[in-house]
Parts: sequence; structure tokens; C-alpha cells
Amino acid sequence: MTDATPLLELRGLGVQLPGDGGPRAVLHGIDLTLGAGEALGLVGESGSGKSMTMRAITGLLPPGAQLDGTVRFEGEDIAAMAPSTLRRYRDRGVGMVFQDPRAHINPTRRIGSFLTEALTLNRGLGRRAAQARAIATLSEVGIDEPERRLRQYPHELSGGMLQRVMIASVLLAEPRLLLADEPTTALDVTIQAEVVGILDQLRRDRGLGMVFVTHDLDLALAVCHRVAVMYAGRIVEVRSAERMHEENAHPYTRGLLGSRPAIDHRAERLTAIPGRPVSAFEAGPGCAFATRCAHVQPLCRERPPELAPFRGGLVRCHRVAEIHQETSDGTSSQEATA
Amino acid sequence: MTASTLATSSAAPPTRSAGPRSGRIRATLTRARTALGPSGIVAALFLLAVVVFALIAPLVAPADPNAQSLLDAYAGPSPEHLLGADGIGRDILSRLIYGSRTSLLGPALVVLVALAVGIPLALAGAWYGGAVDAVVARVFDLVYALPGLLLAVLAVALFGPGLTPAVVALSIAYVPFLARVVRAAARQQRVSPYVDALAVQGFGAARINVRHILRNITPVVLGQAAIAFGYALLDLASLSYLGLAVQAPTADWGVMVSDTDALMKGYWLPVVLPGLLIVACVLSLTVLGSRISGERPQPYLRRRRPRPAQDQRRRADRTSRSGDQP
Amino acid sequence: MNQQAGRTPSEAPAVSADGLGKVFRVPDGRGGHTTHAAVRDVSFEVAAHGSLGIVGESGSGKTTIARMLVGLERPSSGTIAVMGRDRSRPPRRGAERNRRAHELQIVFQDPYTSLDPRQSARSAVDEVIRHHTSLDGPQRAERLAELVDQVGLTNRQADARPCDLSGGQRQRVAIARALAAGPRVLVLDEAVSALDVSIQAQILNLLADIRAATGIAYLLISHDLAVVRQLCDDVLVLRRGRVVEQGACARVLDHPTQEYTRALRAAAPVPGWRPPGVAR
Repeated sequence: MTDATPLLELRGLGVQLPGDGGPRAVLHGIDLTLGAGEALGLVGESGSGKSMTMRAITGLLPPGAQLDGTVRFEGEDIAAMAPSTLRRYRDRGVGMVFQDPRAHINPTRRIGSFLTEALTLNRGLGRRAAQARAIATLSEVGIDEPERRLRQYPHELSGGMLQRVMIASVLLAEPRLLLADEPTTALDVTIQAEVVGILDQLRRDRGLGMVFVTHDLDLALAVCHRVAVMYAGRIVEVRSAERMHEENAHPYTRGLLGSRPAIDHRAERLTAIPGRPVSAFEAGPGCAFATRCAHVQPLCRERPPELAPFRGGLVRCHRVAEIHQETSDGTSSQEATA
Repeated sequence: MTASTLATSSAAPPTRSAGPRSGRIRATLTRARTALGPSGIVAALFLLAVVVFALIAPLVAPADPNAQSLLDAYAGPSPEHLLGADGIGRDILSRLIYGSRTSLLGPALVVLVALAVGIPLALAGAWYGGAVDAVVARVFDLVYALPGLLLAVLAVALFGPGLTPAVVALSIAYVPFLARVVRAAARQQRVSPYVDALAVQGFGAARINVRHILRNITPVVLGQAAIAFGYALLDLASLSYLGLAVQAPTADWGVMVSDTDALMKGYWLPVVLPGLLIVACVLSLTVLGSRISGERPQPYLRRRRPRPAQDQRRRADRTSRSGDQP
Repeated sequence: MNQQAGRTPSEAPAVSADGLGKVFRVPDGRGGHTTHAAVRDVSFEVAAHGSLGIVGESGSGKTTIARMLVGLERPSSGTIAVMGRDRSRPPRRGAERNRRAHELQIVFQDPYTSLDPRQSARSAVDEVIRHHTSLDGPQRAERLAELVDQVGLTNRQADARPCDLSGGQRQRVAIARALAAGPRVLVLDEAVSALDVSIQAQILNLLADIRAATGIAYLLISHDLAVVRQLCDDVLVLRRGRVVEQGACARVLDHPTQEYTRALRAAAPVPGWRPPGVAR
């Protein structure tokens, strides 16, 4: 996927929102590429900018927002697209699955009319043909008795079922890029497993590119090839999912991994990161994580670090090499940050 | 004390900010300014001026409002009578200033009595729900169906004309107008987890309602009360105009508007000025009321991972609050 | 409150529920009502100073159990006793209500709605201390400072209104308010679920510290097996209102005997986990 134009390319992406005292940066210098068939995870806590990145990719920013940098879809800058091209891009290029399907499906209309509307209106398909497509797609996302579902209303379906309907509706537009914004956060854990299984299957069957936004690092590692960890509107570490547990290097990534309790043993003490997550505009002139970092040095507060290669990934930290040195010399990262 | 130091970042020195009083007042003023907006501020200043003039009427009125001087009958504006005089030579400006007293006192009593009756009923309905709430709601509906003015006319017919019967009748008619809004807002608070938490703490219903729920819905109550004040002012002025509430020699805006004699003779000033004041007061109260209740009980600015159904229900509750006139 | 409490095994259980059931009447959409059994024949015990996690998915009845324990719902059947005293019926008088509040407290899930928006942390906690104790002004201030410190709030945060606090800070306020009544049992109803991962870890550590320092018993309601493992000694798995399996965490989570427990475990994303039906 390196030779051809990538499916999605973000270069120096930044977003500023209007605030009380002038514009406030919520996203800063995001560089990412995604190939067809590839799954990329965006992981972060509140204020990390992961959802804003999604909105920037679709070009749907809040009013008054200011966009810096470029978003290219199949080589084409979406900011430079003509309105008709942009509509086409949003319709067939990119599909979005949201956290809360109930808020995105009209409760007064049947599932059938929700699924077939775009097909009959935008694609000029006949009613029969559209229904047949809808039924086929519903079975593809693992919904039994799809014919009956078409006649049901959203409130008759469980949350997990409705999320599958949402995914089916996205698939009907045959997008090449799938954006999933916390698609399983509102679901029970057993349903979550099924839904991410379906997303993963579809990505491989259809060769979709997928951006998967979540606060759950382990979930992202399970469904993505690469994972970008975000903090305060910046990417702090990018690494292949397979290597993340062994090679993670940024103190924030380490903190996140240490924060999560394990299911098979009780930790003596969780590696809590002190303080709370900040937004990009709250961060000082230096490293955004400096206020919570156990390894902080004066340099960290003065100059922002760059995203630089480190042990097979990209890490945004001045001291990453020293920290790696220290922590591999006997002292575990747990003790160092506790 | 093992837990003391572990997980907080902010190691701010433990100086307890005593909060300088002036700073807090300034903060409150700023908040009020943003909540009211330009139109609200104009309305509030106007009403404040009216109330102040009513309170210090003897100090600011240039003349006795009832002093007649037939020589000055229908005199135009002059240094002696700034806004002219009426048919029997009474100073219009003085009558307007004194008239604000009765014109404001009536509606104030109406709103206070209606609140005193309505708030406890509304809170009880919202708190206990079920049968209690059903009874309270039906009573409100019933009274709501009675037109306030007719009720007042009936009261006057029974007890004779005067301010008291009119005020009592209107108070009853205004109970549902205020209490329905209180009930809706209180019901919304009732299902908040913070109310559950207080109940689990062992606090009684009365305390939770007065100290917490009522405090949180105060903006809504005040806003609706201001609007009700405006309507009651209008209603009482109408009744006085008809000669059913405040009686003729007393200076009152409604009574002044009813001076048809002046109109017939082509003198509009004695009639139009009190009319304008009534309109301006009602308008200001309505503007102020909607601005005040616009500052809803400061809720939950961001809810993370909302449960879909719950969230929608809450939103629906918020918009379904009724704000219509009796 | 702060000295290490003795842990004699002979003490009465902190909480014991026997044959607990709750049936709700729900409108059937045709003007009538049908019944829905949210909790069916659930029995468990929380040992004095012990900790039990109740795990289940949505609709399992776990929150209904919490609400019955604190008296916000009345059980349809079965009995609940806290510190050996029955509380299956609503309290008759204020003193009884206060005694129950004094025995068992709760922290709710959503820190954005579980605090009175017009009340600072300090005033919320002070209100509870005033209600439950007869301490004079200086003693109350001392106790207040102790609680604020115990949950890791700064003085400035304690004076702020909830809208100026983050989710984690609000949850600390909620914990301080619950502790202010001096309870022997704390019900944590998904109390860390709505928090960011790094904040969740802080609160879990805080809760562990509080338990170590005071010997308070925990009853944690959660959908998250890992959180239960971290904080609790025992676990009870609930499904559609019924108990599936209960026992020590290590036993139930490492060697589940029931299919449902195994499914729950298998669905949780842990390091190395892959979504089902996927082989890469």
C-alpha cells in the first residue's frame, strides 16, 4: 500500500474552534495515512481529539471551526472538492458508524424505509431491488430473519441489533472507507464482541479501509493493524497493534496500559496517571503530557516534542530513549510512574 | 490518611480562598448580564426604575395626586404640570407616579398568593407521583379552565367592587399558570440521581424539596412569576378600567385609562400615558421572565456515554414545559 | 474511622440478601399492565469488611438490586439485612431512616447528575456530616477536611461547584459525601464506568486505599469483569435477574463452571484478544 496513493491521508491536520478568548486548538498536527483494507485505531481519553479527527475526515466540522492542513481521500483534497464531489464523497466514499445508533435512526420509520431510502432516492433503484439489497446486507451483518426486520420499528430492536442495522445502512452505500466512532461503547460486552467481529469481517471481505475510534486500547489492538494513541489533540504514539504491548514507549501509552485492571489477576496497585486528561488548548508550550508525566524534565515544559521514529513506531517524546534505557535497566515502568 | 496523596495532580497549597465579597458580587453581576442579554437588561432597569419611583412616590411626585385645580383642567405640559393635568386639574405626572403603587401592589399580591398555594402543591405532586400527582394535576387543569377575568367579575359581583376580591379571585386563577411549570421542573429534578443520593442519606422529603429541588428550579419559577406578574397587571388594570377593582378617585393606571371623558374632548395625554406604562411594564416583565427562565437549572454540561433512551427522555422533558397564558 | 479495623470472622455479615425478588408493573401498550421480573430469587452475602462484585449485562437486574439495598425500591419478595438488621420494609420514622443511611451508602454511576448542581463539594459533604453527627463547628470542619483529604480533593476543588469539576473530581466528591455518613457498607453502582481510563485507575486505587484504611465493606455493581477483579474478593454473576454463578473472584473468573460466565470472560477484550470468528 505504499506504492499507490493511500486511501486516506491526513497531513498536518489541525482544528480550531471558536472559544471565549479567541480560537482554541482542539487538534494539532495530525499526520496519518491509511491504505485500502487497513484498520487504524485512534485511541484516547476525553479531549484527546479522536472524534474531532473523524469529523475532520468527513469535512463535517462544527460551525466556526477552522481547519489547517489537508485531508486527502484517494489523493484528492476534500477542502478543494466541489460541492457535488464532496456530497458524492460523503455518500459513497466514506461511511460512518456512530456510538449511539438510536440517536441516528428516525424512531418513527420502519427499518426497511430507513435502509432503502438512499438507494431509491440517490441510486434510482426500484423498491423491490432496494429491498433485496437491504435484505442481503442485513444477513451479511448477521441479522436473522431480515425480511421481518424491515417491517419493524427501531424501538423493537435491541441496541446491538440496531447497531448492526446502522452498519448495514453504511454498507449499502458501498463506501471505501469506514469510520467507526466508539461503535460498541453503549453495548454489552458480549454484543460488543459480535459487533467488532462483524466490522472486522466486513473490512476483510470488502477491502474497506477502517478508522476505529475508541477509548479502549485493548479493543483497538484487537481489531486494528496500527494504533495511534492520542493525547490533547496530538498523536503521541503510533505502532503496529501486534507490537504495542511489547514495544510501547510513550509514558502516556504506558500509563494507559497500566491503568487498565486485568481480568486474570489483581494488580497490587494500578499505574494511575495523576491528574486529568487535558484538551489541546489547555496544554502548555511544551509537551502536552508534561503536567502528568513522571519523567518530566525542564525541556519537556519548554519545547514541544516531534513525532519521531522509535523502535519500529513513532513516538512524540523528548526523553523516550532515556526512559526506555531506565526502565529496561531493572526498574519496571510501574514503579517509575507510581 | 493513606489515600491522601496518591492520585491527584493538583498539589495546590492548602490556602482556603476566603472569596473577597466584592469579587463575588462582580461575578454574580457578570453572570446576570450574560443571562439577561441586552433586552433583559433594559427591561430590568426599566422595572427597577418603576419600582423605585413607586416606593419613593411622595419624594419625587411634584404634586398631590388628588389635588384638584379646576383652573388647570386639561392643561397641556408646562413647567408647572410637566405632563399636563386631567379634567379636574390633577397633575398627571403625580398621578402616574402614585398610580404605580396600586398598579404594582395588586399583581404582586396575586403572584405571591398564587406561588404560596401553587409551589407546595406542585412539589408534592412531583415528589409523591402516583395518585397524589394525579389529583394535583387534575385540580390544576380544572382551575386552568376557568378564565381569570370572569372569576374576578364573579367575585366582585358577590363581594362588591374593590381590590381585595379581585386579587383573591385572580390569585386562584393564577395558581395553575405558575404551578404547572413548577411541577414539570420539579419532576425533572425528582428523577436526578442527586435526589436519590440525598434520600439515601436519610434526608426527609421536605428538606430535599425546599433545600435542593426548589433551589435548583428557582430560575424557572422566577421567570414564570415575572410573566405572571405582567399578565396580572394587565388583568387588574382591565378590572379597574371597568370600575371593578381600584375605585375611581384613587390614582391607578387602569382607572386613569378609563377616563373616557378626556378622550371625548380630544385630550389623549391623560389616557395614553398610563396605557403606555402598562404596556411597557407587561412587555418588560415578559422579556425578563423568559430571559430568567432561559437560565435553566445549571445541568450537566456534558454527559459521557449517555444511555440513549434516557437522554432523549430528558430532552423531551425539557422542551415540553408549558408556558401559556391562563 | 481511620484506624485499621479489626477483621474478626465471627462478625455478622455486612449485607445479606435472601431470596430477593423484584417485579415491576409495565404498561403493555394497550392500556393494561404486564409484569416484568427484574430480579428473581437472588441470595448473597457480603462479609463484614468484605467486598462483593455483582456482574451482569444490561437487563441483568444488577442496578435494581442496588436500588433495593439503599431503599429506593421495595423488594417484591425476599429479605435484605444490613449489619444484621432487616431493611426489607421502608423505614417507619426518621430515626430509622437515618440509622440505615448511617449503615449503608451508595455512589452512583454518573458523576454529572449525582451531585446537586448548585452545591459545592464542601457544602454537600458538610450537610451530611451535620445531619448524621452532633459535632460542633470546629469538629465538623476537621472531619470535613479529613474527608476532602481522604478522597484526594484540593481545597479549591472542594469549594467549586460541580460544573467546574471534571468527571473524576466529581466522583471523588460523591465518594466523600457517601463516606461522610460514616457507613459500614458502600454500594458502588457502576461508580467507575463513566470515567476515563486513567481516572478510573485513580478512583480504583482510591477505593482500595479507603477500604484498607477503614475496613468498610464494598458491594460493587459493574459490567466490567476486570474492575471487579481489581476491587473485589468475591463475585456474583447475574443474568436476566437470576444468579448464574458466585464465589471467590479467582475461582469464578479463572475457572468458571457456567457457560455464561465463560462467554462473558471470552468477550472481554484483553491483551491478545481477537474478535470472534476472526482468524488473522
